Amino acid sequence: MLLELNRVSKIYGTGCGRCLELTGEDSDRAICPVCSSVVAINGVSLAVEENEILGVVGESGSGKSTLLQLIYQDLAVSEGEIFFNGITDRSGRKKNILDLPPAPTAWIRNHEMSMIYQNPHLGLNFNFSAGGNIAEKILGSGERCYTEIRQRALHFFGKIEMPLSRIDDYPETFSGGQQQRIQIAKALSSSPRLLLLDEPTTGLDVSVQARILDLIKALQYEMGFSMIVVSHDLGVINHLTDVTLVMKNGSLVEYGLTDQILEDPQHAYTQLLVSSKL
Amino acid sequence: MAHAGNGYKLKVENLKKSFTLHNRGGVQVLGFQDISFSLQKGQLLAFSGPSGAGKSSILKTIYRTYLADGGRVLFKRGDGSEVDLASCKESRVLDLRRREIGFVTQFLKILPRISALDAVAHPLIETGAEEEEARRQAREMLMRLGIREELFELSPLTFSGGEQQRINIARGIIAPKELILLDEPTASLDEKSSSVVLELLGDLKKRGIALIAIFHDQRKIEAVADIGLCVKRSE
Repeated sequence: MLLELNRVSKIYGTGCGRCLELTGEDSDRAICPVCSSVVAINGVSLAVEENEILGVVGESGSGKSTLLQLIYQDLAVSEGEIFFNGITDRSGRKKNILDLPPAPTAWIRNHEMSMIYQNPHLGLNFNFSAGGNIAEKILGSGERCYTEIRQRALHFFGKIEMPLSRIDDYPETFSGGQQQRIQIAKALSSSPRLLLLDEPTTGLDVSVQARILDLIKALQYEMGFSMIVVSHDLGVINHLTDVTLVMKNGSLVEYGLTDQILEDPQHAYTQLLVSSKL
Repeated sequence: MAHAGNGYKLKVENLKKSFTLHNRGGVQVLGFQDISFSLQKGQLLAFSGPSGAGKSSILKTIYRTYLADGGRVLFKRGDGSEVDLASCKESRVLDLRRREIGFVTQFLKILPRISALDAVAHPLIETGAEEEEARRQAREMLMRLGIREELFELSPLTFSGGEQQRINIARGIIAPKELILLDEPTASLDEKSSSVVLELLGDLKKRGIALIAIFHDQRKIEAVADIGLCVKRSE
């Protein structure tokens, strides 16, 4: 088991002890009727194995992106535990990575996990060159030798099928699709065990989407990392993922093999989502 | 029904499946029920029966694309251990699909940007074969199935229905598996291609692979099947 979430919740607001119970799947709302807190994630538990690709689907506001941000620790969890990569405490019991001090937390973010954002401005520093962005990630993962950093940056830039001569250009001089590719190179340059992708191709031309999805799939096959892909596009989910979870109002309503979710959806909401495919 | 005791490859017990359409007022549609059989290594079980009787649904339920409502699908792995495909964890199913259980769908489902040769070589590469060797075997398989060489580097989605189905079959049977499920493998094929496919299925049987196939043609069934099951809707 590479990643495990145990009843993870995220509440915006004061919280009142009844928020989780009064919101989510059955009550069909994400706002607590007692204290008006927003329950963005309601007691989600999941597991991702090595070399496994998990898709997360649901409508806007269902909590998909928030879930990724909690895993990557861009946001703080309100309740629950996250276990990752066999990390244990001194007695050998699996350790909640949310309880780790800053240095090991940074290690996980820099070395073991990577995130690709829908908006390249969130994943790239537009004040650094493309190569500089990739180098920053490599530096963060522990490499200190300049030549090594440069070589690896060039290597990953080539892997995303970009002309090496452009590695020192700035992100704003690239197209949206190319910026996503640079994010991919940056994310993979630390050879992470888990890659998180938040709507990686939304907003891009269909042909660009296709090339990028093919690229991601090929790199995953070659490097063997696990992935969690958030998308509202069932075509992307179908193309990339092995298993899928469906979210509504911050709750997990269904989980299963991707082909099963798409061809034999059990939950009413999943059936609605799947039937809405154009 | 053949009782094989412990020597089975697949043992299906009282399998049933119905569909509940929540967005249509919760109406229930029966897929199939009371499906039980036992299949040994090297045997071919042929499903036949009228359209809509549930034959494809049974195959999909065995493969876990559909979730069974009841019953068990006991599979004997290559290492001798037994697993119930209907109730085991998703990661176990994924592992089995990669290495031990194959599925040839009724229609070719493939990405548009992959060549016929690569599509057929890929399942071999996935099981660890060298790329060159995989492509060589893929080439052989495609030629045996009568696909013209000039089509090898093209996307199969531009091919005729019969050609697509031959690519689909090639993909499904090229890599060594323990059990292969085939949904109407000869439906779109002419007599000559059908014969080649039946020959290939015979070869697989000789290698000890267990097969379940849906056929409409009685003669084809008699040519290859060890067990025949007719699926009917109960009125």
